[in-house]
Amino acid sequence: MSIPPTPAGPALEFDPPLSPVMRIDCPVRLDYTIAAGREQSRFLRAMSRGHLLGRRCPECRKVYLPPRGTCPRCGVMTAEDVEVQPRGTITTWCVTNVPYEGQVLELPYVTASVLLDGADLPFYFLIQGLPADQIRMGMRVEAEWADTLGPTLDSIRCFRPSGEPDADPASYAEHV
Amino acid sequence: MATPDDSEVLKAPYALQYTYTRSTGPVLGHFFAGLMAGRVLGARTATGRVLVPPAEYDPDTGEAVEALIEVGTAGTVTTWTWVDAPAESAPLSRAFGWALIRLDGADTAMLHAVDAGSPERMATGMRVRARFAAEPRGAITDIVCFDPVEAS
Repeated sequence: MSIPPTPAGPALEFDPPLSPVMRIDCPVRLDYTIAAGREQSRFLRAMSRGHLLGRRCPECRKVYLPPRGTCPRCGVMTAEDVEVQPRGTITTWCVTNVPYEGQVLELPYVTASVLLDGADLPFYFLIQGLPADQIRMGMRVEAEWADTLGPTLDSIRCFRPSGEPDADPASYAEHV
Repeated sequence: MATPDDSEVLKAPYALQYTYTRSTGPVLGHFFAGLMAGRVLGARTATGRVLVPPAEYDPDTGEAVEALIEVGTAGTVTTWTWVDAPAESAPLSRAFGWALIRLDGADTAMLHAVDAGSPERMATGMRVRARFAAEPRGAITDIVCFDPVEAS
């Protein structure tokens, strides 16, 4: 008996014959310790109290959420905490139809960039409470907080349609 | 609303993890099959050198290797280093040696772990023998490690 011939040339004879291993699993794992930084630590602590805390640039007056220590547009330190409302407008969205490793949500599901009222930077959230094919730009949504709050983004379970009329496209055109 | 610890930066563990599934190709496919059977295969080149672990092409000439041949499961340590505190992903959970091991019949050396117990038992030129896994699955880990062979 011999193993199948290979491009490497004549194969060595084995009894019983060897059957080549076609694939191997190569697990890759990197363990990090993430430091949130000063501003985002304040943001996460505020979430554990049910508040959304942004940060305003003293020059262009834009409010960043998640907050940044410096304004990427003006290059100056942000100086002022600003509370942002847990409701906003969908600027862009994505419907996920294809399963993937580690997926826990029921398909199809919707994620969207939400421009929170009082913020100038859209934030990515899970959207629940409507059929995936009804998601649209300009839709108004509000946060559903988790039962237990903590210094984590999981403090907001998802956003749901608020029932308000759709926002005027001009109100978010600069943020798409 | 502020509390004394509000100035502290929050930290959290984060693991980035993904399992790649790689196709092996004809040469390594047989190499792993050999390990499952408790045997080690090398690749013989046109110039007669035997590469272990086997390559598909001769690194000196770029020519396809000529044949897969069996080499020994014992060999000689050509160089080594000692690991006092093994990482989670290390092949052994106790201190061990990483060594380049030239198996009998091979012309190149293969990196693997030597379960020597202490660095005093490691030496260039020492003889070692492969310890095979009880439940092979077709991977380099089918060789658990190498054990020192005491001179008789």
